[in-house]
Amino acid sequence: MSLRYLGKRILLLLAVMWTAASINFLIPKLSPRDPIKERLEQAAMMGGRNQTGLQAMTDAYSQQYGLGEPLWKQYLHALLKVVQFDYGYSISQYPRTVNSVIKDALPWTLGLGITSILIAFFIGTMLGALLGWPRSPRWLRAFVPASMLTSAVPAFVLGFLLIYLFAFQLRIFPLAGAYSRTATPEWSLTFIADVAQHAILPALALILFQLGGQALQMRGLMVMTTGEDFITFADAKGLRPRRIFSRYAVRNALLPQVTGLVMSLGTFIFSTVLVETLFSYPGLGNLINSSIQVLDYNLLYGITMILVFAVCIATLVVDLIYPLLDPRIRYEGR
Amino acid sequence: MAAISPRQVALPVQPWIAGRFLAFARYVRRNPLLGVGLAIFIGLVLFSTVGGWFVDTTKAPYPLAAPVSKPPSLDYLFGTDAQGRDMLAVMIVGTRLSLKIGLLAGAIGLAIGIVLGLVSAFYGGWIDNLIRWVVDVMFTIPSFLVMVVIASLLQAYISIESMAFILAAFAWPGPTRGIRAQVLSLRERQFIQMARLSGMRGPEIIIRELLPNISPFLLAGFVGALIAAVYGALGLELLGLGSQREPTLGMTFFWMQKYSALLRNMWWWWGIPIAIIILLILSLYFISFALDEWANPRSRRSE
Repeated sequence: MSLRYLGKRILLLLAVMWTAASINFLIPKLSPRDPIKERLEQAAMMGGRNQTGLQAMTDAYSQQYGLGEPLWKQYLHALLKVVQFDYGYSISQYPRTVNSVIKDALPWTLGLGITSILIAFFIGTMLGALLGWPRSPRWLRAFVPASMLTSAVPAFVLGFLLIYLFAFQLRIFPLAGAYSRTATPEWSLTFIADVAQHAILPALALILFQLGGQALQMRGLMVMTTGEDFITFADAKGLRPRRIFSRYAVRNALLPQVTGLVMSLGTFIFSTVLVETLFSYPGLGNLINSSIQVLDYNLLYGITMILVFAVCIATLVVDLIYPLLDPRIRYEGR
Repeated sequence: MAAISPRQVALPVQPWIAGRFLAFARYVRRNPLLGVGLAIFIGLVLFSTVGGWFVDTTKAPYPLAAPVSKPPSLDYLFGTDAQGRDMLAVMIVGTRLSLKIGLLAGAIGLAIGIVLGLVSAFYGGWIDNLIRWVVDVMFTIPSFLVMVVIASLLQAYISIESMAFILAAFAWPGPTRGIRAQVLSLRERQFIQMARLSGMRGPEIIIRELLPNISPFLLAGFVGALIAAVYGALGLELLGLGSQREPTLGMTFFWMQKYSALLRNMWWWWGIPIAIIILLILSLYFISFALDEWANPRSRRSE
């Protein structure tokens, strides 16, 4: 563990960004579809008149977007744009740039995502630690099959069942959206309460789904840690069980648990996209869904690259806070 | 050499397979989770194959095959949806198609994983470094987003097979990493050294000595890849990125959402697909939990 390791990790994340950007660039070139032409045909159909010269218009736009240039030049240009975080204009909401559309949706996703990740991680880790601790009360064991169940059922199925139960049958929570149609977004107590009420069901779906996996993983780690010699030694020394639990067992099981959290970010994005779509929650996931429906490729690439970037940053941040969790790791490397 | 090989082949095969099978059967009996998982899974497979004998699979699961929006009755056991699909036929064909996507993608992913994992662990050096690097990159990329980009560009052309290929393209890093680790730990064992000393070449050692020894692990890896593929296919289909014509489980969920079955109070339209999805995924998870323990005896615990 040294600076060299950190350098390697940063290089890996750059490679991740480069791969994602390259796939986003290459796949459309291989695809039989022509977004510009499709878009123009759509517009022509809306216009209702028999449009002539569509091919000429397509060519003109292609020229304008620099699609007539040699492939390598386009590729370098695309990479440069990614580095500059410039994803051009949104096709479906034309005068707005992709960045401004994303900026509107980002707070909702971050709010929902970070809250549910933290809650699920905290509760899941605590639950798992207790499940893997030999002195825990017996009734806790009932949570093992329960965790298996919620970690296996996909978040969107959980979300749908929650909607049916709490929004459709009991009418306690709203069916969809992030705030009531009549409410105006502002920093007032009523609006915040409204937002919270709308966020509870989607957050619950995400939390329940992640919590089970976190608990099972932590349980496994705890079982392994409590079998180690230093636990037996601490026990023999006469330390109080509570101290052995928190300072010896949990502390040591926590590091791989955090690694597991980072590894599960991909699954988490998967679930968030689908849950947001299900609840029409105005975040990035729902934006992905709507940009697929209206063929807004610029927006789709923009969101993809932003999320890939976010995952890379999260991975790096966790790498950097490892030394705080585990004093054995240091990056000062000489 | 030629004189030895037939004897070698003839002798160990029979008791070896029987022994493994018996061990597996005993394991199922001791591990109820695996039994339950297998029972549900086999039930679903039977439902989707034998069930096909009783319904018209070429017409009934498609629109306009039946009167619209009928609740379950004797004529239509699972009811019909708002486009006039017979839900029983939809579920039979849909389960079959979703399983087909998963099995195909899982098998391709595992095959790539076996080749890359074996090569990486067995030959080492720069090729090992390269494969590990690529696997690390693939693990960090949120693959679902990339799949969404690919699928949205192919949307109108997506078939069951192309869906499986898209999923398989992202299904191999897990098996590759796992198999590499397993082979690395086996590589220095005595029986491999013996094989090497007796003049076996690399590929022969891999096929005759290594693969049989990691077979429980391969099975676990396959179920893992299968779950990932079933999950991924459901996710893409929920965004409308599945085969537009075929009634897979995910597409059924998509149409049901699109025509708001919930608000129309058509419980059979959403309830039955969800029940089948839950059963399918739960059974695969139970099998996977149990197989993981079987493949890694170290994690077996006395409960």
